[in-house]
Amino acid sequence: MAILVGAETRLVVQGITGREGSFHATRNRDYGTNVVAGVTPSKAGQDVNGIPVFNTVADAVAERQANTAMVFVPPRFAADAIYEAVDAGIETVICITEGIPAHDMLQLYPYVRARGATLLGPNCPGALSPGVANVGIIPAQVFGQGRIGLVSRSGTLTYQIGKELADAKLGNSTIVGIGGDPIVGLGFIDVLERFEADSGTDLVVMVGEIGGNEEEKAAEFIASHMSTPVVAYIAGFQAPPGKTMGHAGAIISGSAGTAQAKKEALEGHGVRVGRSPTEAAQLAVEAYARLG
Amino acid sequence: MDLYEYQGKQLFSRFGIPVSDGQVVDTPEEAREAAERLGAPVMVKAQVLTGGRGKAGGIKGPASPDEAEAHARAILGMDINGHVARRVWIERASDIEREYYCSITFDRGAKQTLIMLTTAGGIEIEQVAHDTPERIASLHVDPLTGFQPFHARRLCFAAGIPADEMRQAADILSRAYRAYVETDAMLVEINPLIVTPDGELRALDSKYTVDDNALYKHPDIAAMRDLEALDAQERMARERGVTYVKLDGTVGIIGNGAGLVMSTLDVVAGAGGTPANFLDVGGGAQADEIVTAMEVLLSDEKVRAVLFNVFGGITRCDEVARGVLTALERLDVKVPMVVRLDGTNDVEGRAILAEAAPPNLHVAETMLGAAEQVVALAGAS
Repeated sequence: MAILVGAETRLVVQGITGREGSFHATRNRDYGTNVVAGVTPSKAGQDVNGIPVFNTVADAVAERQANTAMVFVPPRFAADAIYEAVDAGIETVICITEGIPAHDMLQLYPYVRARGATLLGPNCPGALSPGVANVGIIPAQVFGQGRIGLVSRSGTLTYQIGKELADAKLGNSTIVGIGGDPIVGLGFIDVLERFEADSGTDLVVMVGEIGGNEEEKAAEFIASHMSTPVVAYIAGFQAPPGKTMGHAGAIISGSAGTAQAKKEALEGHGVRVGRSPTEAAQLAVEAYARLG
Repeated sequence: MDLYEYQGKQLFSRFGIPVSDGQVVDTPEEAREAAERLGAPVMVKAQVLTGGRGKAGGIKGPASPDEAEAHARAILGMDINGHVARRVWIERASDIEREYYCSITFDRGAKQTLIMLTTAGGIEIEQVAHDTPERIASLHVDPLTGFQPFHARRLCFAAGIPADEMRQAADILSRAYRAYVETDAMLVEINPLIVTPDGELRALDSKYTVDDNALYKHPDIAAMRDLEALDAQERMARERGVTYVKLDGTVGIIGNGAGLVMSTLDVVAGAGGTPANFLDVGGGAQADEIVTAMEVLLSDEKVRAVLFNVFGGITRCDEVARGVLTALERLDVKVPMVVRLDGTNDVEGRAILAEAAPPNLHVAETMLGAAEQVVALAGAS
């Protein structure tokens, strides 16, 4: 079992004829993901390494029964691509694109919610259910198959923790990158809720960073709604206030959104927080061993 | 991107929010001329991207043209919380009866826009929120409805705006919301929003932040960026498209991925070192990218050792190792460097570096080990 992406996934890749889009669509397909279609306006009839290209997402849904979309179009067209996917009835949209204007997301978020669709990202590495499906840019070879859920706002940091778990012979049910923007679709709580309900997940590692208060809200959710144990890691203790640390959403505003506040909130709700990625992985190994 | 007061006020004017007449200048002589032209007592205000200007002596007046020149002379070049005042804003002084506050913020937690209004203006809103939260009227705006007149009325009633000022206050709120939406702002704050003895409302200050990711829609605002206000490394980084934040320590840090680099800063601090910077080189394999990143990082003379922390995902560590070697051939690196490679093809990558064994290059396997090593090298060199 896994969450978000799995054996039922029928993927359409928006922006498939671009350099990144074609590379990752092919890579995801080669991993075993059921990539059924690509979309690039005015390029219907072409194919990318055997993946048929359509003009619209609606066509890809009608012809190839796509139920999941991966968005690889440039930032100024990405919001439009997400609207198109949701309008066409796609259930899960995974947006890799970085640099979408925040106001575009402000408009888009309530639309996605109202339509009952699931949006992962933007500015995220996607989701990987090891051995089953990979949608996005996560390097699958780093991770093992197993029963630990991993949810993170960051890419490489997550790969680091996943690799340390793999070194300890522990694998993952699903790895979910929720994205580094101020407004993203699925938040920590949404993903934790799915892991809690997933019979294939026995433990969750949550990787947060400075900015916003998602981690603090997640801490309360974990304490009140989860029986699955959670361990955490937070990056950005050395970040100065008012500076964007790479990710558009990684910014301490005034005194809000500090790593220390997040760590205290999590620990205050009984979640252990590692001081380094290595220690976080060790905490996960210990917690997993205690599950018996 | 944060805007200076005078830039925010330019946008206010564009959207019809009343502001005082004024002019931005960068010499004392121009300050005098501006004061003469305005023909009335003026305020002389340091233009810096930080709060606390008044306390630091960066706001003077009301002043005559003579006094304006003297004040400008004192303020220009002044260091205010680490920001040097290179321009002053000269504006007609206002008679102030009362001070209000209004703001429009991008509330990422609620995923909606938050509007706040209070008659307790002129002080930090955090202070008001702490001492007298009941005095702040606030509401969230659904982006699908936008800011409607009833929103403005509700805020004014809840904040206790006097009846004869309601029309003006509601108008300013609506215009500020329009400015916020149409300029892709993350923050539009008017504090204080003053009431003159004649009952006129006017924005006496501005705090304005525009979304960096939306600047392509607003070339006029993008052109407002003051590259000279950045320190030398940050300016160089911006010009070369490197994601860099200056800190004040001695360990230079490069890595691939924002989260991993933030984590590297923490781990270096945990090992007793002080990070000199944040630098995300992205994919990080290409020699060109590494050279550019290293040039920015090494232009900071405080850097005494460098940690290059890479986790290879799709980018393979052997490619990164070759990129590092090429970069080192093209650069004159005088400080010791620790390269830590983990992830895809890490063994091959470390072997390539070990075999080439350039002087001053140390190869590490783990993040913690690399941090300890670089901290020792920074201390010893």
